[in-house]
Amino acid sequence: MDFNDTPEEAAFREECRSWLDANRLVGWEDRIGRDADGIAVSREWQKKKYDAGWACLHWPKEYGGRGASPIERVIWSQEEGAIGGLSSLFIIGQGMCAPTVMAHGSEEAKTTRVPRIASGEDIWCQLFSEPAGGSDLAGLRTRAVKDGDEWVINGQKIWTSGAQHSDYGMIITRTDPSVPKHKGLTMFYLRMDTPGVEVKPIKQINGNSEFNEVYFTDVRIPDSQRLGDVGNGWNVSLTTLMNERLAVGGGFPTNFEDMFEFAKNVEDHNGPAINNGSVREKLADWYIASAGLRNTGYRLTSALSRGETPGPEASISKLVLGENRQNMASFMLDLQDMYGVLNDPNLSAAEAEYQATFFRAAAHRIEGGTDEILRNIIGERVLGLPPDQRVDKNVPFTDIPTGDK
Amino acid sequence: MNFEFSEDQKMIKETARSYLADKCTSADVRRILDGDESFHPELWAGVAEMGWLGTAIPEEYDGLGLGYLELCVIAEELGRAVAPIPFSSTVYLFAEAILAAGTEEQKKKYLPKVAAGELIGCLAMSEGAGAVTPKTINASVSGGTISGTKVPVVDGDVADHAIVVAKTGSGNDEGSMSLFVVDLKGEGVTVESVKTVDPTRGHATITLNNAPAEALGDTGEGWAIVDRIFDRAAVLFSFEQMGGSQAALDMAKDYAMDRYAFGRPIASFQAIKHKLADMYVATELARSNCYYGAWALSTDAPELPVAAATARVSASESYAHTSKENIQTHGGMGFTWEFDCHLHYRRSKVLGLTIGSLPRWKDRLIDRLEARNVA
Ligand SMILES: Cc1cc2nc3c(=O)[nH]c(=O)nc-3n(C[C@H](O)[C@H](O)[C@H](O)COP(=O)(O)OP(=O)(O)OC[C@H]3O[C@@H](n4cnc5c(N)ncnc54)[C@H](O)[C@@H]3O)c2cc1C
Repeated sequence: MDFNDTPEEAAFREECRSWLDANRLVGWEDRIGRDADGIAVSREWQKKKYDAGWACLHWPKEYGGRGASPIERVIWSQEEGAIGGLSSLFIIGQGMCAPTVMAHGSEEAKTTRVPRIASGEDIWCQLFSEPAGGSDLAGLRTRAVKDGDEWVINGQKIWTSGAQHSDYGMIITRTDPSVPKHKGLTMFYLRMDTPGVEVKPIKQINGNSEFNEVYFTDVRIPDSQRLGDVGNGWNVSLTTLMNERLAVGGGFPTNFEDMFEFAKNVEDHNGPAINNGSVREKLADWYIASAGLRNTGYRLTSALSRGETPGPEASISKLVLGENRQNMASFMLDLQDMYGVLNDPNLSAAEAEYQATFFRAAAHRIEGGTDEILRNIIGERVLGLPPDQRVDKNVPFTDIPTGDK
Repeated sequence: MNFEFSEDQKMIKETARSYLADKCTSADVRRILDGDESFHPELWAGVAEMGWLGTAIPEEYDGLGLGYLELCVIAEELGRAVAPIPFSSTVYLFAEAILAAGTEEQKKKYLPKVAAGELIGCLAMSEGAGAVTPKTINASVSGGTISGTKVPVVDGDVADHAIVVAKTGSGNDEGSMSLFVVDLKGEGVTVESVKTVDPTRGHATITLNNAPAEALGDTGEGWAIVDRIFDRAAVLFSFEQMGGSQAALDMAKDYAMDRYAFGRPIASFQAIKHKLADMYVATELARSNCYYGAWALSTDAPELPVAAATARVSASESYAHTSKENIQTHGGMGFTWEFDCHLHYRRSKVLGLTIGSLPRWKDRLIDRLEARNVA
């Protein structure tokens, strides 16, 4: 057991470092965000990395990467550090859509679309969830009907993150409602400015609008934008979802250290809050969760270093993070007593960061698979428990009962 | 980075697992649970023969001189098997204290015997209910002999020697505490078995009446030495707890797959499935925290105090959780003497209290995190 690089890993780390030292952007911290300038600086950094072969480095060279091994990718992200956060704008395209296109797309789609995802020229969104199908994705109703060499799409998607600044979307549709639900689906990609596509932002509980409704009215796309066979959309979506959990899981740190400092500095009726037994007990539990995730990360990294692929075990990270972040942030407000109600960066402690997390963490437990769905996955795929008994599996889609929500 | 055990270490673990699967069956554990013995002498002799007792004892004292990573993987397997032997008292506490504080002469005197399985050791600290602090220690030393009563002493009724925490100063502060080795077969010692929540491990009241006492470490250093030993032992105890936690999870899973209710396996009910998923998550986090503790212990890293408390809290919570929910998953069967669920429920409590309870370790963890930030 040691934390040292192998000689090859050390050499690679040195290569990353020297490129980063020479090329790191200046002043990016002040430009971060989803406004025009935030998007511009993200694209600037992404393009710079792409031109030098550091964007999506684990992808094959012909699609814009450098064929790096998984462990090299980890080393790169350790060295890139905080500025890597600028690439979160591209996470859906790079983390989910591109791997799906690479696995199921035509050679033309791979060579023309994928490199532009790596370079940040094209932003993609994931048009999966619908009012009738989130956890139960295969319950979706958006229809695609073949018309000559084209498909005509009608329906509605919802919760589509980043649709408002996306150039492309990957969309799963129902092409045959007369067969069982998982069998009648087909996957496509389309330009978001295709006539008939309409994006309406949804206001979230935190007041922001990261996600949107997307309506499709007689949207026509060529058959060449199909990903995988007709009727095989479910299998194609599994590629996306497998990649999604890896992409979303580790994306949020617990920020335990900041909160620990905060508990040392804020006072309760007897002095520093950290001297209070009930505060200490909670902090201890959050520390072990936080350290447990970090140390699980070390185990995953070692598995990568040995050339192994991590399995669905990786799903514990999002499950543990979501709930802990939400509880920790809520408790940070409790520690401020009456003052905790403020939600103003100019007045609130830590520039209202805990208030922001108090709201945002609620989504962390839903997006990319809810806590409950993750427990199903751990139960069924990690522990090998039998699947739920279902009433919707072997009947035609049109015969499945629905509610009015 | 290599945050994994080596192939050799995994081999040791595999060997330990198959050895214990054969020699430490449920029937073996139950022999101690139901009978009058306080430990399993054949298993103890076997474990000595396998060399496990001397895993981390240097070769110059007749140990194998392997190291703590090797000892950790053995601890995990002993925990999984709920082994009814005084391994933790002898190896993690007694031998560690001698190694940390003993003179050359003491090391030569005791360690080869530990490695050979000829000496069972224990640590005698607690004297009554409540957190064990210097204030609660009344045992005292004068003129080279020690008097006082220690209860409960884990494995005290089968041990040959005890390390006893006793007062040497007039005060009740840490600086008044010192350590002594006492021969439990010698004069002035009365040992009486006591009933505990886990009869698969012996426990005793040890009464000392002017028993000859051999100083271990410097006078007034006793508390500080125990503190250091506890950090090291915490990692090893955590591995036992994590191994037990994994075993309780496996047991619950196997039962849930085979038990049918309402025409289907209970494992297909979400309430049970999600319970098992939570047990898995707790055990995995504990495993990762244990590995970090093992790294810190084996390299004597400055992170050890934080890493040890992290592993300890994580593994104590995990084992308490899985052993309790394993009973729940078994329904009525889980509450029977006949099923093994209670072996884990008992052992998880004993392991969680020996070397200090969960609330105390949580407090200690926060102390260490504060100290780290100051440093
Ligand atoms: C911030 C955010 C961003 C998102 N971004 C995108 C995006 O970019 N693209 C996209 O396609 N989607 C996106 N989503 C949608 C997300 O994937 C879904 O919200 C999620 O899968 C849950 O589906 P639902 O909202 O329909 O809830 P439902 O599926 O209706 O779930 C409601 C409740 O029922 C529970 N439940 C449902 N099924 C089961 C079951 N089998 N067992 C036990 N409990 C169950 C759920 O756990 C939940 O608690 C986003 C969501 C959020 C919050």
